[in-house]
Amino acid sequence: MTDPVTLVSDYDTLVSSTVLLDLAILTLLVICAFAMITIRRLFGVAMLSGIYSLLTALFFVLMDAVDVAFTEAAVGAGVSTILVLSGMALASRRENPVSRQRALMPLIIVGLVGIALLYATIDMPHFGDPESPANAYVGRQYIERMPSEIDVPNLVTGVLASYRGYDTLGEVVVVFTAGLACLVLLGAGSIRGGRRVVDPSPDALSPPSQAPLAVPDVSDTRKEEVRS
Amino acid sequence: MSMGHMLLRVTIKLLFAPIILFGLYVQFHGDYGPGGGFQAGVIFMVAFALHALGFGIEETKRVIPPKILPAGMALGVLIYAGTGVYTMLLGENFLDYDIIQPDSHHHAGQHIGILVVEFGVGLAVAATMLQIFYVFASREAEPQDDVW
Repeated sequence: MTDPVTLVSDYDTLVSSTVLLDLAILTLLVICAFAMITIRRLFGVAMLSGIYSLLTALFFVLMDAVDVAFTEAAVGAGVSTILVLSGMALASRRENPVSRQRALMPLIIVGLVGIALLYATIDMPHFGDPESPANAYVGRQYIERMPSEIDVPNLVTGVLASYRGYDTLGEVVVVFTAGLACLVLLGAGSIRGGRRVVDPSPDALSPPSQAPLAVPDVSDTRKEEVRS
Repeated sequence: MSMGHMLLRVTIKLLFAPIILFGLYVQFHGDYGPGGGFQAGVIFMVAFALHALGFGIEETKRVIPPKILPAGMALGVLIYAGTGVYTMLLGENFLDYDIIQPDSHHHAGQHIGILVVEFGVGLAVAATMLQIFYVFASREAEPQDDVW
């Protein structure tokens, strides 16, 4: 076990030992992204996005961000894929082809944003630099004071739940709100009750002769619920 | 669903308990290793989503009724915020866990506080994710195998 100081000074040798792995994962990420663009079957795209997330998680592990990698693997590869699939079951399974003219503008925007991001990386601190803004100020305080103040072996948990407990409460409320919004919009509490109901088209609803059709449908559903 | 899913269903049945166990490990071992409430909640949800994918969502709804999920979501947030209110009632700042065990020499208050708070996070995340999955997956009849 090397202590952190030697780790930082041996930075160059460390990078060269995993640089092949880094390059391999990055190449796979790019291949994955291009495959997602070209495939028109959305099922394949959903699977590829799961693979993309797993590769990203691997990359996070290489950067020693195990907690982030864990979250990426669980949320990105697991839950997102499931949610995308169940959303896809409600919509089309195939992407409509786009004309070349309409594809041009997004391509230019993506290219410009990509160049801007590349330009921004010039200013970024080196990976693992102890003097980078993220590590230098409050981060160093956390590392120094954690053993005497909180005494939790996992630094990330200590920061997340104790030093930044109020922020995490906000995150939980955000998750809660997202669930609530889905509940309200997609209607487990509405008349539809999560059941399959064929929506009458808007013009079919407007004449009064059509309106009573919907009403017994609703009361039937309610009766069923009472019985069960 | 036909008998063609036999292999999948057996695999899911075999995997279900270990996934839940792993979720518990991630939940309560978050102080010592990677993980915590967010990840554990998602892992719990994935176990039940897997069950729904293999056995149909109606079967999963018999295991976890959709009605209890909003209660779970709210309870998770309340446990978290309640811990903060509890420390305030004891006379400290919001979410200042040290007051839970003020005489401890190894910061037992912090450990207890973090454990309780993470449990709230796990409960809220698991219930929310399952709720989102339920409302998405149960709007239409289950798709046939060949539509994908």
